[in-house]
Amino acid sequence: MKNSLYIIIVGCGRLGSYLANQLSRVGHSVVVIDADEQTFHNLSPDFSGFRVEGDATRIAVLKEAKLKQADVFFATTHWDNVNLMVAQIARKLFHVPHVLARVYDPHREEMYNQLGIETICPTSVAAEMFLLAVASGRAEEGKEK
Amino acid sequence: MKVLIVGSGKTVYFLCKSFTAKGYEVVIINRDHQECVQLARDLSATVVCGDGSDADTLEDAGAMYAEAMLAITPNDQDNLIICQLAAIQFCVPRALALANDPENAEVFQELGISAFSTTHIIGNLIEQRASLEQVINLLPVGEGRVNVTEIHLDEASPVAGSALSEVTLPKSALVAVVIRENKPIIPRGDDRLLEGDRVVIISLPENHGQVLKIFTGNRK
Repeated sequence: MKNSLYIIIVGCGRLGSYLANQLSRVGHSVVVIDADEQTFHNLSPDFSGFRVEGDATRIAVLKEAKLKQADVFFATTHWDNVNLMVAQIARKLFHVPHVLARVYDPHREEMYNQLGIETICPTSVAAEMFLLAVASGRAEEGKEK
Repeated sequence: MKVLIVGSGKTVYFLCKSFTAKGYEVVIINRDHQECVQLARDLSATVVCGDGSDADTLEDAGAMYAEAMLAITPNDQDNLIICQLAAIQFCVPRALALANDPENAEVFQELGISAFSTTHIIGNLIEQRASLEQVINLLPVGEGRVNVTEIHLDEASPVAGSALSEVTLPKSALVAVVIRENKPIIPRGDDRLLEGDRVVIISLPENHGQVLKIFTGNRK
């Protein structure tokens, strides 16, 4: 892997901006895309990447962000369908090596894993953490006894 | 045939009306509760209120028994996901998505989903119909894979006066009928085209423009 990656992040909400700030800080080239210019206020002052204002479901906007050159592509908008569509475009049409989409609905996650799109489902992740907490809580209870 | 339509507005209403008139079983999926109530009242179709890109909603709508899915919402991402869900999870044999952004029509095709762009269709119609006055009629047949065009040969037509055998047509184009003084003639190679004739041409869309040029000349 190269030391500095070219990373495109679609959606500059809480998750997208957090990732952008962190990745930019450690020296990667980051481009964030969001249809709402206001969301760029979430970026920290030392964010050194680029901002593209536009609807990522329009291929022209993705091309403007130089999707072809991307090493990593994250789809983090609040809409599952937007994330799944742009992730497929990045993976299948532009052959970006590493593509990840946030998908809230665990059912949709299954199908897109089948299609070769890697997804992260906050619902499943949170559920697992809760379950783990319950399990470990029980274990501690057991120890105390 | 059972057809699922996801979308809203007048297009859905009239499409559904015309499909049910043809005897199709239509199920409409719409997110807006109020519109669903109205549609259910006005149409003899089943109306399901919900998100068409949600597997449970599609299951409620009976997607596993549907033969066609038509996704015509104003959001391209929804249309794509709806069709992928229908095709992959419910094995609907025909899924067709509206590409609101004409560029997405190609994107959807590459992702394995049949798509159409109304902008594209209307644009083509206007170009073909309105810009050339002597093109009288245009009828796409075979799902638009074949064009039947009627062209009026006026004094500026470069082919008026030539024998049909002298007119070089692209391979996949054919002069089917010549209508002269209201009488149809099935032309042979030695028949001459005359000013005032109406020729009916069968062509493929890819060389349609070229064919028009041959019969009408270069004009704007």
